[in-house]
Amino acid sequence: MDAARVGVITFPGSLDDRDAARAVRLAGAEPVALWHADHDLQGVDAVVLPGGFSYGDYLRAGAIARFAPLMTELVAAAEAGLPVLGICNGFQVLCETHLLPGALLPNAGLHFVCRDQRLRVENADTAWTSEYREGQELVIPVKNRDGRYTADRETLIELADSGRIVARYLDLNPNGSLDDIAGICNEAGNVVGLMPHPEHAAESLTGPSTDGLGFFTSIVKRLVNA
Amino acid sequence: MARVVVDVMLKPEILDPQGQAIARKLPQMGFEGVVAVRQGKRFEVELEGPADDAALERVGKIAETLLANPVIENYEVRVL
Repeated sequence: MDAARVGVITFPGSLDDRDAARAVRLAGAEPVALWHADHDLQGVDAVVLPGGFSYGDYLRAGAIARFAPLMTELVAAAEAGLPVLGICNGFQVLCETHLLPGALLPNAGLHFVCRDQRLRVENADTAWTSEYREGQELVIPVKNRDGRYTADRETLIELADSGRIVARYLDLNPNGSLDDIAGICNEAGNVVGLMPHPEHAAESLTGPSTDGLGFFTSIVKRLVNA
Repeated sequence: MARVVVDVMLKPEILDPQGQAIARKLPQMGFEGVVAVRQGKRFEVELEGPADDAALERVGKIAETLLANPVIENYEVRVL
């Protein structure tokens, strides 16, 4: 069978699209470069929205990228079940599109934070986390300026009660995220937003661990078994 | 040509660390009596035509879809 094809969208100001594509390849899938200004998802089986500062984060992080031409197709496909992973800036874009609830605000400490972060996987049933087990601890770099996850009280309770908090920060909350939230998913579990960067923890040469690779092998396994 | 202002503020319940940093600095500068500062954004939107009801409705739509994120922010539209 042909390798699964996982698209990585490049916006103006994306930084981590190449690392994301590399992680996709390391996981055994074929990365497909997608361009924000196209209206074509090229028939990919899943999509990663990478980290960076799309459109310079002008206005709000993700606010302008949300209206990129390709997002029309992406939102429709995600609502129809296409697996989508938004990392960092990609998470911000997914919140701005309202594919995910809540929003990401400037870090409570007002500093850009870059550190190797301990996380706990809270939901190992999503399209992107099935290769982990619930409660598993990971070390993955976090590097953001606008990483403070915020949602109203009702939404936070609903996320917690329905198992839609995918990962939480351990030891130290780097950005003031409510409920130590590092990642969440939509109701169906196909759309995941994650503030830390699993694509930077996919190889021992360059990462603090290879703990991040599981996000990519999860999707590959799911697509191959589909 | 009319100019319409859109003020965008974080909702009151949302932490505003920038506003807090400003408020903390004020006593050191000798400004007393300030209880809190909230920082927001002001947009000035220039219109081709007059700021009639239809135009203001359009600006409201712009505010709701792009200038503000209603999940975290409130906005107000007014003619300058």
